Amino acid sequence: MIFARSDPASSSAEASAASAGDWRDAISADDGSHLALKVLIAGGFGVGKTTLVGAVSEIRPLHTEEVLTDVSTDVDDLHGVEGKTTTTVAMDFGRLAFDDGITLYLFGTPGQERFWFMWDEMAYGAIGAVVLIDTRRLTASFAAIDYFEQRGTPFIVAVNCFEGARAHTLKEIRTALDIDPHVPIVLCDVRERDSAKSVLITLVEHALETA
Amino acid sequence: MDSPRERRLNAEAGPLVRPYALTRGRTRVQGFRLDLVTMLVVTGRSPQERARLALEQQRILEMCRRPATVADLTSEMNLPLGVMHVLLADLYQQGLLEERRAAPLAERPSPEILQRVLDDLRAL
Ligand SMILES: Nc1nc2c(ncn2[C@@H]2O[C@H](COP(=O)(O)OP(=O)(O)O)[C@@H](O)[C@H]2O)c(=O)[nH]1
Ligand SMILES: [Mg+2]
Repeated sequence: MIFARSDPASSSAEASAASAGDWRDAISADDGSHLALKVLIAGGFGVGKTTLVGAVSEIRPLHTEEVLTDVSTDVDDLHGVEGKTTTTVAMDFGRLAFDDGITLYLFGTPGQERFWFMWDEMAYGAIGAVVLIDTRRLTASFAAIDYFEQRGTPFIVAVNCFEGARAHTLKEIRTALDIDPHVPIVLCDVRERDSAKSVLITLVEHALETA
Repeated sequence: MDSPRERRLNAEAGPLVRPYALTRGRTRVQGFRLDLVTMLVVTGRSPQERARLALEQQRILEMCRRPATVADLTSEMNLPLGVMHVLLADLYQQGLLEERRAAPLAERPSPEILQRVLDDLRAL
């Protein structure tokens, strides 16, 4: 079942919207023009995902859980499961709202295969992905690169400039990662807002070129 | 193998929770697809049995007086995504919430939208 489309002009909700709290300040365009768009930030632990999301947006809490993920079957009464605990996984979630009604939703999740139940849902409809890498641990990015390549999700590689990163040329990194010549690779320091911002710009430019 | 109670993922894992109480044990809803950026809004219909709505669901309806995304709602309610999914499915099936969509559902945003995002980011 897919949600029914609502006619923005005729919703009776509008009349009672006056008491919106500050948590929804970003969602001010109430005329149906508001657009929420996803950007994915992938990479291994400690590569700078949280730092990047925090540099350009306000990080909010968002948790998902490993056992409540399969939405494909019938309403499921799991008897006996009430006493069971489950592990929640924290995602990096940040919002970047623009005056024209567009809000970018940045989602960072751990890069290992075991978290890919989240990636499928996140990748659908997304602008694209930033694969953040640390040159000291290139292999941590292989799985994410494979995933986006196979899925056809536009992605760029952003090399976070930890100590020693500049000792490698982008060409060397491209060769080591074995990525397509058209996939952009950029250097960045995700602690800097401008640097994080230009990473996002490079991604959207790339998504536009391949659209 | 670790028992569920003992299991901890790593530094990024959140606390252990018991999400099933709220959903009465349900973990999945048939065919009900919700994207993180699906925008939801109240239909304006009033619940038939208001008393049967969990406090959490009443709060969700309150927040959805204006369109809000699943990610926003989940974050604001501070509940795990799967639990929110079940609560939202209930509200939808009761005709209390509907989807608001400003652009057609598609695998990729249109070039026009991407260009707008690019202009927005450059002007930041
Ligand atoms: N030297 C340096 N440290 C960074 C950089 N980016 C992030 N860090 C640090 O690396 C650590 C891990 O970053 P974090 O964003 O938490 O990584 P995550 O696990 O991918 O979310 C933090 O202590 C950051 O301050 C960078 O560009 N240079
Ligand atoms: Mg992190």
